[in-house]
Amino acid sequence: MADSRVVLSLRDLVKKYPGVLALDHVSMDFAEGEVHALLGENGAGKSTLIKVIAGAIKPDGGTIGLDGRQYAEMDPHLSRSLGIEVIYQEFNLVPPMSVAENIFLGSRVGGRWLVDFQTVRERAKEILGQFNIVMDPDKPVRELSPAQQRLVEIAKAVSKNVRILIMDEPSAPLSVAEVEHMFEIIKRLKQRGVTVIYISHRLEEVFRISDRVSVMRDGRYIATRVTAETNRKELIRLMVGRDLTESYPRRATAPSEVALEVRHLSGNGVRDISFSVRKGEILGLSGLVGAGRTELAQVIYGAAAAEGGEIRVHGKPVKIKSPADAIRQGIGLLPEDRKEHGLFLEMGVKWNISFPIVRRISRRGLVDTRTEGEIAEKYRERLNIRTPTLEQRVKNLSGGNQQKVVLAKSLAAESDILIFDEPTKGIDVGAKQEFYRLMCELADNGIAIIMISSDMQELLGMSDRIVVLCEGELAGQVGREQFSQDYILDLASGTH
Amino acid sequence: MATSPSFLTALSTNAGTLLRKYAPQTVLIGLIVLFTFVSPNFMTVSNLTLMVRQISFATISAVGIMFVMVSGAIDLSIGSQIVLTNIVMAILMVRYHVNPALAILCCLAMGTLLGTLNGVLSVKLGVHPLIITLGTSTIYKGLGYIAADGKNIIGLPESFKVLGQGYLGPVPIPVAIMIVIAIIADFVLMRTYFGRYVFAMGGNAEAARLAGLDIDKMRGVTFAICGFASGITSVLLLSRVFSGQVFTGQGIEFDCLTAALLGGVSFTGGEGTIFGLITGVLIIGVLNNAMQLAGLADFYQNVVKGTVLLVAVGFDMYQRKREAKEAAASVTAK
Repeated sequence: MADSRVVLSLRDLVKKYPGVLALDHVSMDFAEGEVHALLGENGAGKSTLIKVIAGAIKPDGGTIGLDGRQYAEMDPHLSRSLGIEVIYQEFNLVPPMSVAENIFLGSRVGGRWLVDFQTVRERAKEILGQFNIVMDPDKPVRELSPAQQRLVEIAKAVSKNVRILIMDEPSAPLSVAEVEHMFEIIKRLKQRGVTVIYISHRLEEVFRISDRVSVMRDGRYIATRVTAETNRKELIRLMVGRDLTESYPRRATAPSEVALEVRHLSGNGVRDISFSVRKGEILGLSGLVGAGRTELAQVIYGAAAAEGGEIRVHGKPVKIKSPADAIRQGIGLLPEDRKEHGLFLEMGVKWNISFPIVRRISRRGLVDTRTEGEIAEKYRERLNIRTPTLEQRVKNLSGGNQQKVVLAKSLAAESDILIFDEPTKGIDVGAKQEFYRLMCELADNGIAIIMISSDMQELLGMSDRIVVLCEGELAGQVGREQFSQDYILDLASGTH
Repeated sequence: MATSPSFLTALSTNAGTLLRKYAPQTVLIGLIVLFTFVSPNFMTVSNLTLMVRQISFATISAVGIMFVMVSGAIDLSIGSQIVLTNIVMAILMVRYHVNPALAILCCLAMGTLLGTLNGVLSVKLGVHPLIITLGTSTIYKGLGYIAADGKNIIGLPESFKVLGQGYLGPVPIPVAIMIVIAIIADFVLMRTYFGRYVFAMGGNAEAARLAGLDIDKMRGVTFAICGFASGITSVLLLSRVFSGQVFTGQGIEFDCLTAALLGGVSFTGGEGTIFGLITGVLIIGVLNNAMQLAGLADFYQNVVKGTVLLVAVGFDMYQRKREAKEAAASVTAK
């Protein structure tokens, strides 16, 4: 990249938040027409950095250099007028408005006072055409799939004469084919001289698409490498700060009798699903986004209604109509979105852990706080939950420790069938290892585990068997001896 | 800070933290001190007794609405519930000569029923309680007017007088009842699993549902408690006013809501203490009382109450932001 001109140059950026230095004197350069990947664990400061560049937040120190001019801070309007566009992880579209209107949202097209719908439609068609996106510009955005919405966001960004495009985990909701399509678009943008800053957790993508890659850790800039001259191991080392093998612990005991069996289960968007999981087994549940993995988990857990089929626990058919029924049968769920669905963030660690059993440990309605403290302490030790006190509000814990609190809730409720929905999502590499070890320990103690995951390495590394879903139906069951990424992806995308 | 902080700075920092934590209480004490100096009639036993008795009615309803608020909902209909139960109870005693004890039971049952209806409607229709109770409020009040048929219902039995007008030693009976109810409510909210459930559904309804809580049932129960509390208020108010009037209790929900918000009960649920609530009620009581002593008309009182609410809520927001900033600053100091 020696011959390329530097367009964006960050110097000594500092941003403070309560309890953390989110950016600690970060300096970085971005060249014209390069795809520059930004890597780092959760909390490394990537999101803060892009928000500073976009002007969504103001830094407490440092400068942002653009075309030789220095700025102490940006605001959303200024950054946009300088050609900086950001595609955030969350969608930023107006669901009831059409594709065309969304693309030109915030920019004035045509007349001075009135929206010229004809021109908006024409220009939207033109932009979609440039990138081979087949889409009806009049369709309301809410009727599009997540992948199509992502494409609309890209079209929206490029409609604005973009020079620096920042993409924060853009591939998260996309299937393999859709990611390919997005990469094509990125290549075209690159040819036009657009700088793309690409944030992703998926190392494969970083190697596929980027020219250079920079690593951040704990709010600090660590290093930049030319992608072609580095490897997976080095990047992980830079991210974690030490050598870390992506290894999965082995287990001591073999699965025994069937703990949970579902037969022809339907409802909540899944149809005719049959499988079983044994005590001491980790069953992987694979599928693309929208294949119905989480939906299936919800039906088993009673969080969504079953329309047909049968659930058997330890050989006996059971009726599960609510989460309370499931908990009574010993089924526990660790939801994908732990903050929204798994925790009471404003409440303490102890309060959270004891919540599912608070009635059981009450005498004449009165909570037995001593038993409560003992149970919370037991799981803090067993799961190594790092918190200053058991009264600490859960919102102040790290992602990994929050996830342990969610697990402690289910264990305190004495669940012996646990469904983990994306258990390591948003957890840093070190905490992941710890969590894998915990899961294996649980399996060794005879707990049956169903693990939903989009991380193929994790699925292949942890599971004894993998059940694959495709469009709400069972696409196949794969034993350990047949494990291969390609085979499972084939099943998941329905091409097998 | 280069040198070690002096004793005085340490003291002032601690005082600052305390002040922030007990902001509503500080406001209350400030008002009491102010009015003691301004009005010689304020700090007298008879006036304070009068003031506390005045607020005792609204406090009981406020305790009820607190259950609903902590659970993440709102009930705008409590004033109208009182209008209806008040008239019905008066009619039972005056026209049908029902035994006062039985009439009281009817009133409490009816209050509970009206509250439950709010909760059940909100669950079954899937509509926000704000809208549901806005609707039922209008209905309840309308039914009360129809039942009263434009008349004040007079001729209540003398024995019924004692609840609203009697004393237990030096303490007015409504105040004694208020204290008992506040203690019970505090106990239920803070020490029982049921209380935990109420906080849980207000803090994160989906997490509570997934943890096995029957949210729909809980919604009904919290509204029933609110209705029951307003039933008690209705009994005490009828005994105090001693004639069935459609104006009794009207608009009481706004005093209750204001008091709850002043006392730090969260509008979105999951937060609040009875201690804070009582402080909020007392602030309203002191303000009302002082303005009456000063001879200010009702209209002015409304303006002052509204202003106090906005200032209190604004101050709370400002403090939260400042705390966040200070926490950030402490990072760089390390």
